Amino acid sequence: MDAQDPVLARLLDRVDGAREHHAPLEIRGGGTKRFLGGSPAGEPLDMTELTGITSYEPTELVVTARAGTRLSDLEAALEEQGQCLPFEPPRIAAGGTLGGMVASGLSGPARASVGSVRDHVLGVTLLNGRSEVLTFGGQVAKNVAGYDVSRLMVGAFGVLGILCEVSLKVLPVSILSATLRFDWDETRALEQLGSWSAQPLPINASAWHAGRLHLRLAGARAAVEAACVRLGGEQVDPAQAKDWWTRVRDQSDEFFLLDDASLARGESLWRLSIPAITGALALPGQQFIEWHGAQRWWKTTAGAAQVRDAAARAGGHATLIRGADKSHGVFAPISPVLMRVHHDLKQAFDPARIFNPGRLYAGL
Amino acid sequence: MLRVSSSVRAESQADISREQRQRDVVAALKLVLPHETILFRHEDTVPFECDALTAYRTSPLVVVLPHTEAQVAAVLKTCHKLGVPVVARGAGTGLSGGATPHQSGVILSLAKFNKILKIDAVSCTAIVQCGVRNLAISEAAAAYGLYYAPDPSSQIACTIGGNVAENSGGVHCLKYGLTLHNVLRVRGFMVDGEPVEFGSQALDVAGLDLLSVIVGSEGMLAVTTEVTVKLIPKPLLARCIMASFNDIESAGAAVASVIAHGIIPAGLEMMDRAMTAAVDAFVHADYDLEAAAILLCESDGTPEEVEEEIARMEEVLKAAGASRCEVSRDEAQRLKFWSGRKNAFPASGGISPDYMCMDSTIPRKRLAEMLRAIQQMEVKYDLRCVNVFHAGDGNLHPLILFDAASADEMRRCELFGADILETSVRLGGTVTGEHGVGVEKLNSMCVQFSPAERAQFLGVKRAFDPLELLNPGKVIPTLHRCAEYGKMHVRRGMLPFPELPRF
Repeated sequence: MDAQDPVLARLLDRVDGAREHHAPLEIRGGGTKRFLGGSPAGEPLDMTELTGITSYEPTELVVTARAGTRLSDLEAALEEQGQCLPFEPPRIAAGGTLGGMVASGLSGPARASVGSVRDHVLGVTLLNGRSEVLTFGGQVAKNVAGYDVSRLMVGAFGVLGILCEVSLKVLPVSILSATLRFDWDETRALEQLGSWSAQPLPINASAWHAGRLHLRLAGARAAVEAACVRLGGEQVDPAQAKDWWTRVRDQSDEFFLLDDASLARGESLWRLSIPAITGALALPGQQFIEWHGAQRWWKTTAGAAQVRDAAARAGGHATLIRGADKSHGVFAPISPVLMRVHHDLKQAFDPARIFNPGRLYAGL
Repeated sequence: MLRVSSSVRAESQADISREQRQRDVVAALKLVLPHETILFRHEDTVPFECDALTAYRTSPLVVVLPHTEAQVAAVLKTCHKLGVPVVARGAGTGLSGGATPHQSGVILSLAKFNKILKIDAVSCTAIVQCGVRNLAISEAAAAYGLYYAPDPSSQIACTIGGNVAENSGGVHCLKYGLTLHNVLRVRGFMVDGEPVEFGSQALDVAGLDLLSVIVGSEGMLAVTTEVTVKLIPKPLLARCIMASFNDIESAGAAVASVIAHGIIPAGLEMMDRAMTAAVDAFVHADYDLEAAAILLCESDGTPEEVEEEIARMEEVLKAAGASRCEVSRDEAQRLKFWSGRKNAFPASGGISPDYMCMDSTIPRKRLAEMLRAIQQMEVKYDLRCVNVFHAGDGNLHPLILFDAASADEMRRCELFGADILETSVRLGGTVTGEHGVGVEKLNSMCVQFSPAERAQFLGVKRAFDPLELLNPGKVIPTLHRCAEYGKMHVRRGMLPFPELPRF
């Protein structure tokens, strides 16, 4: 990425100005995930002009694009070549950008089987708080030159720097996929998912909600067909299945939406990330289970302490996704030693503390 | 004369102060460790003077071999208080000098942390101490039909702690990922002895993804003592195609073509004719010795999957110009195909007094171009080079053959190696794919990263280790060193100022 680029030059000016005037910036792409994390603060810094796919060669399984590129444009370019982002980043709404996808670090239904957005990031070019344009990682999958700074940016909510360009590993779309449906209660579904995990089955995604488990198989034709026969269940019509997984991926299914009435009732939407083998959790409210048990969404009136305690006891953590009250923090607290490292990393990348203050943790 | 005598005096003073320093450090360590776990006599510390990059040797001040986490914490606390550098060490199989001792530092050998703590067949995870050998994990998991996927060629000896430090790969990472993709959690200690955990049994953690920088940090950010790894179901079947090509270009193009057809092989390796000749003489792997290059292309999964995929692979390889395709009939033949590839390094030792193994990665499409460039370098530096590639990943291991007894050959070999690395960066790649920077590739880091990028690496280092006591001097070259090396920073396959003529 060239510092002479007019869009990048404008960003550099803004960073210089922010540092000079001690006026923090809110890095903003499509704004589709603004509701996530701590409340945004600072002067908006629009990233949506920094667009364009810089390089994409299907035989390399790598795509490089500027951070303001719309996710929909990127995915359309991949689809033309029969490839995809296998981790299915949630889009939430139209207009989201590549930079926002990386900064929020969210992965979709296939995450437990194919890996996360972090696993697919190969390199980034970023702008740090000293107005330096830096490139880490690269466009090759195997690369151990220096610390893996590019992956540290995933899920960092922009607190370490402005993402300018990202290289991702992409994969061919599976030859065949099929969705099976089972009418099972939570305990039975979790048990079955656990027993399948140690078997060589082409399971690509799972979602359980309200007494029903959806299981998506993907891979070689022969493998998927053999697994369909072996696992049984009811095969879902492909078009319907596609629609269903899109609603899960984008968190647009009715379950994920909180209207004013439910907010008024004190309901919040939580995401619990816990070991998949954890048994049924006892919280009040409704649940949606993904990632073979490793991601459990709860729409609940339980307080932050109760939800966090349930996640921590299972060996995981809970994030407040939607809710009226963010006063107890959005992300689970971390150990003092890790928090110290967070602050020292912030100091190393953004000493003037101008990027997305408070978006990840207060004071960061 | 005067200059000589003053330098002799300075040297002996240095010896005295080193001895004094050693006495102080040993005395402090004796307060926290059983005495038999502390080695400091020269004859005891000699085995720790180098890792598998034997050209670089340093005598450590002290070597400690703790066997409990509390002892590791105590060693770190003591060294931190005294300002003594600490270099953690696993099996010492690293190829880039990541475990080369610091001359005034302590080697923290973690060899005694060799217990598998738990294999959980339901969660498909294993919790192991850092000194457990890579292959031992798969052996223990085999009873449950599971295995640990990353398989560096040193897997019978290398430890999981070392794998975490180097983000090790292997021949199957195109499909199954690197160490980073297969490790869930690392437990260990900060430089001051404070316990810490990165990652968890869940699939992500709150806050920054620090596990990403710990893996591959070459022991410079924290000391690893325990690792939770992901296990995956063992494929029911694996079959391998050996494909021959009459020229290097079509072999390189075939690699791209396999990927372009939406196939992700379990392994995709390439060897040139000089390499197949060397390994066939060494292990008799039944390679096609007439071919300019051969590809090994593997499929694994259920029998149905493998049958389908092998047929597609064969079709693509033939269309790409393979002169011969042989599919392994059974497991014995598959292992025979691989035996040659896995013995590439020792076989090179059999045809030359010494060899230097390079480890760069380039975009797959540049493979043939790179091989041609290496052929030209063989003429330029008047040394032979045999080539084995993780072709599916674009990860090259050219082995430069030389005789270390000849100072001139050694010098030409180093220039040859540096030329390969710089060419790799110019082609859009990186100076190390899986062996790490260590001390070996410090100069090449000057070529790949700008001064500001190197300063940012140092900032990351100091966020974890403010006094720079953990494995100092590795990975990040100093400004001074880069100035002395005098090579330009090359960016993204482009030379700076491309409009200027260069010779």
